Amino acid sequence: MKDSFQLPPVNRRSFLKQSGQLLIGFSLFPMVMCSPDNKDGDQTKVEEQPGRAGADDIDSWISLREDGTVTVITGKQELGQGIRTALMQMAAEELDVRMDRVSIITADTRQTPDERYTAGSRSIESSGRAIRQAAAEAHMRLLQLAEEKLGVKSEQLLVTDGVVQAKDNSKQSVSYWELLSGKKLSGKISGKAPLKNPTDYQLVGQPLPRREIIQMATGGEVFVHDMRLPGMVHARVLRPPGYGATLRAIPEQRVSKMPGVLKVVRNGSFAAVIATKEYQAIQALEALKAEATWESGPALPPQDELFQAMQKVREGQAVEESESIQETLQTAALQHEATYTRPYHMHASMGPSCALALWEENRLTIWTHSQGVYPLRNSIADMLQLDKEQIDVIGVPGAGCYGHNGADDVAADAALLARSLSGYPVRVQWMREDEHCWEPYGSAMVLQLKAGLDKLGKIVGWDTQIWSDSHSTRPGGEAGHLLAAQYLEDPFEKPGGGYSGGNHRNASPLYDFPDVRVVSHPFTGPLRTSALRALGAYANIFALESFMDEMAVLARQDPLAFRLKHLSDERGRAVLEAAAKGIDWDRRSKADHGLGIAFAQYKNEAAYFAVAAVVAYDRKSQELQLIRLVGAIDAGQTINPDGLKNQTEGGMIQSASWTLLEQITYDNSRVTSRNWDTYPILRFRQVPEVEVLVLDRPELPPLGAGEAAQGPTAAAIANAIYRATGKRMRDLPITPDKILSNKV
Amino acid sequence: MSQQFRLNINGRQVSVTADKNTPLLYILRDDLQLNGPKYGCGIAQCGSCMILVNGEARTSCVMPVSAVGNAKITTLEGIGTAEKPHPLQLAFQEEQAAQCGYCLNGMVITAKALLDQQASPGIDEIKEGMNRVLCRCGTHSRILKAVQRAAGTSNKG
Ligand code: FES
Ligand code: FES
Repeated sequence: MKDSFQLPPVNRRSFLKQSGQLLIGFSLFPMVMCSPDNKDGDQTKVEEQPGRAGADDIDSWISLREDGTVTVITGKQELGQGIRTALMQMAAEELDVRMDRVSIITADTRQTPDERYTAGSRSIESSGRAIRQAAAEAHMRLLQLAEEKLGVKSEQLLVTDGVVQAKDNSKQSVSYWELLSGKKLSGKISGKAPLKNPTDYQLVGQPLPRREIIQMATGGEVFVHDMRLPGMVHARVLRPPGYGATLRAIPEQRVSKMPGVLKVVRNGSFAAVIATKEYQAIQALEALKAEATWESGPALPPQDELFQAMQKVREGQAVEESESIQETLQTAALQHEATYTRPYHMHASMGPSCALALWEENRLTIWTHSQGVYPLRNSIADMLQLDKEQIDVIGVPGAGCYGHNGADDVAADAALLARSLSGYPVRVQWMREDEHCWEPYGSAMVLQLKAGLDKLGKIVGWDTQIWSDSHSTRPGGEAGHLLAAQYLEDPFEKPGGGYSGGNHRNASPLYDFPDVRVVSHPFTGPLRTSALRALGAYANIFALESFMDEMAVLARQDPLAFRLKHLSDERGRAVLEAAAKGIDWDRRSKADHGLGIAFAQYKNEAAYFAVAAVVAYDRKSQELQLIRLVGAIDAGQTINPDGLKNQTEGGMIQSASWTLLEQITYDNSRVTSRNWDTYPILRFRQVPEVEVLVLDRPELPPLGAGEAAQGPTAAAIANAIYRATGKRMRDLPITPDKILSNKV
Repeated sequence: MSQQFRLNINGRQVSVTADKNTPLLYILRDDLQLNGPKYGCGIAQCGSCMILVNGEARTSCVMPVSAVGNAKITTLEGIGTAEKPHPLQLAFQEEQAAQCGYCLNGMVITAKALLDQQASPGIDEIKEGMNRVLCRCGTHSRILKAVQRAAGTSNKG
């Protein structure tokens, strides 16, 4: 390592003032620990942190500031899903204040609760619930204070935008902030504070706009990518040519003399350059890359044998198994089986992952778009052998991530490099190729389905065999999940993949089938995998809802009627009927050939979503066009219908892209999907018209919705293609050449 | 070797010192501290880095600073600000046409060039004009609505 450079000293205070993310001038809240929720397959275990205050303090979630504003605090991160607006709406509603008084602080280990990951569509259900309770508690206490102050019973009080007054005497009034007169509103959340009756809602349920969009449209400082700290330097990491490669030599001497280069860092097979300017770092990286010599790792197995290799795994865990399933299937009047496959897919964020880190006075500060600031802190502490109290991890929005992408890895890169250059904020951004080749992918999957029909055309038994690599390798405290850590001189071992709860997500049918079996077979594949939006549910629902169509054909029934016949769940029926109505199913399914429908309740416990698709197929030109998607979603109580629509539209379009175009390719040494040419995604010309119908249920609890569209959309498209072409497409992505060569 | 370049950015003359091969993107972001143009791919495939060069939408990630010359460069910041947004930028806010928003620079810049050339394009012309800019969040339908709103063609097919 070279240390032969001089830089002007950085005044930490000055940048504390200048850095937008740190400009939040109020007291640091005690860090608290929420009860860990490990039900989700994409949440790696996190060690308990005894001795921390509980999540039951009001001021862990809500703070009223002297200047007449309200600050909401959440451990969740804004990922483009609009969570900030939705959580502020929930707080403002219970508190009876206007939205423009409310601001929000997201994921930051210095001041927000430990809510682990922003994942699994749980933010509204978990953080939202806590914030709502805290706001209701604050509201109740403030009314008690007002009661004393005004001498009026609280039932006789009315709150308008934070001003409490007697119902019959508007002269007697006092504001929340006057009541507190500069003091903090602290205390425990008793859980006894009454929640507002949904029929009285004025903000929740309204399509309030996300205010930050104008910033995005005018070049405001929105993303971690836009942060500029005084004295900031730029780094790029030299990633190996393939997964198992080890670094032999780099042209350290030559590169360290290049213009602007401050340092060439090498630690085992991890190498990087730090330079004054961003483009200098990129030029230095190019020079490193051109002359670095590597020893290749073990060859990757042939991609065209992947699915056979997966199905060779015999070991399996029964997720659910009726005793009589074997017999039921064997004795059914009609039996059918089919195998579905899904390739590896990538998150492919538009903005390559980026992080900033500063090592100073024995403390490390990291700015990151990670989905889990606390788990990341623990993992980095493990990697650098630091006490986690020495590390602050501050969440700053990034480009959409759709799951566990390179966010944590680039933060680890930045941490390592900052550690090697004390006193200077180091900004690292991945190159496009880094993002495409090194992020953890959504696992390839094989789904083998079998079902039997009775004489009346009802399904009597349903069997699903799943093969998948893990959908959950988030760094939950172990350094081994961080990419850089695997390549250090003393490498951290990458924990094994294979079985995770996400593999069988949504494999159990919600339909009323008498006998069901679902078996999950763990597979450790050639590529790095982790949580991609909806995890296994994308392929499981694609298979389940495609196979449902196949069974309808076998039973000679309309696919919609066939589904309804097997579905007693009222909310499931309602979304199916709404989507069908939205596309004019009854009339069009007779005339129009390219119509398909599919449905699921995400995780069998979150939002209900049904979608109808229209495709057109031109036999002559073999052109396939997805024309229209109409979705219907029931996410329980809708906090913000426009936000819900926006996210669901996005999910539908993204799923259409996965389904029609995307697959990661690799040769025997490396991933060959290295950029947008070799990994194309849907473009404007191919984008369907989309419509989302919201079935609001104000009286019911809100349900997570962000991933609900992924699986059903894939199946609806496949089902529509079947009707348009007569070909049952079971191998994703569904491309025109596969349609042509499909003999079925 | 570093050289001095005089550039016309958002109506102002600025001078920067850089290697002549430096793509304009890095001059804008790193030297001039502009946030609009974004790095997405660096190889003219995604449109995140779009700028207007004499009114035409171009990818700044592959344009060396030495090739800029006297051209008038406009970035997202030069079109309007949050306080005084251009109607096109306002249309994105009004249609809530963003999820993560990382692609918005490319979208607004490309739409601006399109609308300046063709006052009221139809939906297919907008799709065609915007086709080279990628969005991973799937916000396309709203972005189309925003452009239509700005063009005053919201009801045209
Ligand atoms: S960054 Fe320039 S086109 Fe992608
Ligand atoms: S809104 Fe996220 S990439 Fe377009």
